[in-house]
Amino acid sequence: MAKLVFLGRLEDLAGGPDRDVAPGPLEAVLAGLPVELAVALLGDRVRIARNGELITERGGIVLEEGDEIAFLPPVSGG
Amino acid sequence: MAADVRLLGASFDPAAQLAAFTAAHPSAGGVVSFLGQVRAGEGVEALELRHYPPLTLPGMSALGETVLARWALDGLLIVHRHGEMAPGEPIVLVAAAARHRRDAFAAADFAMDHLKSDSWFWKRERRAGEWHWIEPRQQDHADLARWA
Repeated sequence: MAKLVFLGRLEDLAGGPDRDVAPGPLEAVLAGLPVELAVALLGDRVRIARNGELITERGGIVLEEGDEIAFLPPVSGG
Repeated sequence: MAADVRLLGASFDPAAQLAAFTAAHPSAGGVVSFLGQVRAGEGVEALELRHYPPLTLPGMSALGETVLARWALDGLLIVHRHGEMAPGEPIVLVAAAARHRRDAFAAADFAMDHLKSDSWFWKRERRAGEWHWIEPRQQDHADLARWA
């Protein structure tokens, strides 16, 4: 399995902090999620990290076994 | 010299942290510190800071290195909480020790602006028993732009 991690308010939309998904193209994984959540995850201001590394090009991502993809909405810290 | 950067899941004593930091840098002519605490009032019962371990502490450490490269400091301390906090509890402590005070003031100011708006934390508040996520503040981004 691969894992999706949801930070900030995305956790509320997802109904939990993370979710196990079958490996495969990220587009296909997102297509299997509730529409409202998928739309939020694809928002312009949501950054994506793969295995702890920020990625700049989100097209063509294929999740492999054991991958962790984190969705990071705008921060509001300190 | 490396910055002393810590991400803590439990409450800390800012006075003790500052005393230890000051004692470790006796040659500094000045130490500037900033303490952020959970604001009481407005019906806030608790504040929670979430983080993402693969990014949050590494990002804070990188910020520490940036500060050290930009100002002539004897030492830099960054202590930041995550988890749930009560009103009045400390959230963040930044201290900069330098031979001359202006470097220490600027370094602490820069570090705080970047911790507020450019570090991997997500904040929510509990009011009347319900949690509410806090959106980024425009002022935080304006603060950050001062350093561009």
